[in-house]
Amino acid sequence: MDITINKQLVQKDIKKEEQFTPVFKINNLNLWYGQDHALKDIKFDIPEKQVTAIIGPSGCGKSTFIKTLNRMVEMIPIVRMSGEIVYREKNIFDPKYGVEELRTQVGMVFQKPNPFPKSIYDNVAYGPRIHGIKNKKVLDEVVEKSLRGAAIWDEVKDRLNENAYGLSGGQQQRLCIARCLAIEPDVILMDEPTSALDPISTLKVEELVQELKKDYSIVIVTHNMQQAARISDRTAFFLNGEVVEYTDTSTLFSNPSDKRTEDYITGRFG
Amino acid sequence: MSLINKESVKKRMGSRVAANGFAKFLFILATSFSLIVLGVLIYRILVDGLPYLSLDFITNFASRMPERAGIWAALLGTIWIMAVTAPVSFILGVGTAIYLEEYAKKNAFTKFVQVNIANLAGVPSIVFGLLGLTIFVRLAGLGSSVLAGGLTMSLLILPVIVVASQEAIRTVPKEIREASFGMGATKWQTIRRIVFPAALPGILTGTILALSRAVGETAPLLVLGALAYVAFVPENLFSQFTVLPIQLYNWTSRPQEDFHMLAASGIIILMIILLIMNSIAVYIRNKFHKRF
Repeated sequence: MDITINKQLVQKDIKKEEQFTPVFKINNLNLWYGQDHALKDIKFDIPEKQVTAIIGPSGCGKSTFIKTLNRMVEMIPIVRMSGEIVYREKNIFDPKYGVEELRTQVGMVFQKPNPFPKSIYDNVAYGPRIHGIKNKKVLDEVVEKSLRGAAIWDEVKDRLNENAYGLSGGQQQRLCIARCLAIEPDVILMDEPTSALDPISTLKVEELVQELKKDYSIVIVTHNMQQAARISDRTAFFLNGEVVEYTDTSTLFSNPSDKRTEDYITGRFG
Repeated sequence: MSLINKESVKKRMGSRVAANGFAKFLFILATSFSLIVLGVLIYRILVDGLPYLSLDFITNFASRMPERAGIWAALLGTIWIMAVTAPVSFILGVGTAIYLEEYAKKNAFTKFVQVNIANLAGVPSIVFGLLGLTIFVRLAGLGSSVLAGGLTMSLLILPVIVVASQEAIRTVPKEIREASFGMGATKWQTIRRIVFPAALPGILTGTILALSRAVGETAPLLVLGALAYVAFVPENLFSQFTVLPIQLYNWTSRPQEDFHMLAASGIIILMIILLIMNSIAVYIRNKFHKRF
């Protein structure tokens, strides 16, 4: 009896795996910092227009992993990589695939809010401007749309020309999300976007993520398991540079198949 | 059983507070020493120099007769030299700093270059004068011209500008560079739109302070063959010239008391120029100072 139920569960899982269109396919990704093997044979697919959470204890490679998806990790000089990451049928490590082109499609929100020392308007208009858009009317529209998209328009519409450093931490982070939306990306990577925010700002960003997944594929690194459970559709559990388990968020939290996952989500370590 | 003896702590309290007061006194003493020296200097110069200070003093050429002597040629010479030095040293210095900080791989060679730039900043200015004499005056055939003088001065302050600009570029946080790269900006776009504007106040402050140093330099220009007595204003980049410090040196080395007073008047003018330049540096720093 028990065995049949489990089989059904497994079958259901396999079905779900097949259901989604992948936006990223990661194949045998390995990464070293010098001698340190930080990512080991990572292999899984990230779905389109869903929220994929990456959880795991500190130092498990989750931040490193998300930074490989837009190749930001290459800014560290001692990094070596092998394997492939296929984004929309193209290997992002292909020398012909420019890193600027990739990052135009795959935007990123960072751990600490990092607005530019410019006005709110110029922060959001930065992306379109570097891509050559000069038309003031178009820029105005992009700025308003992006700020609305990041649920911060009402708070800043009367002071678009003020310096972004005058905003609170939570507002700054939503401004950074707006800045990211302004380049109209396909995927948004979020590297612990709420770790520097207070609970109310965190809630706002979480609600925002729920809104954004209608239009964008989102990958979010978090060390807050409740957050992963609240906002993500699928969750990958990283440990020591390996993916221990990757499945539906509800399955992972209610019925983990690996002992280590269970130990982590029940708070026995991490 | 307490590890700390409360009684002895109490006993030591008095001497700790006394040492605290003594330290403050020492630092005040150190500061007052330089303030007093500065005060005496300014007093002497004002007493000697003010009587001769007039519009005529500024607009007259140098003369053998103290009552007709002025600094017009030297003042304009200084301005001409600065007009060459400022753009040349700024462009070369900032360019070098951007290359070293943003593009150059960090290896043994760049480290070697880095150490040598820092060392060059400490090389005596007369050595730069000899360098300028060899390269600009003789080899390039520029003669003892404004151009040769300006270029030599550029070389002299270049290391200072490079180091100051590098410092300024380094203070731009890595997070905002990442934000720019993360949106698909190229390196050049990131430098031009993010790094350079953020570093500009620091770069300008360093540049202006370096230029003020060049305004007061005498030795390299003497070596180049700048003239001590000039009764004409430089007309173009190839004219001969003199500058304020040389004129002052010339006057102080004469036996007549009147010329010493003229020198004091000249020093007042030179100090006013330096004060203006430093004020501009402070103004720029405050005006464009961005919070990170």
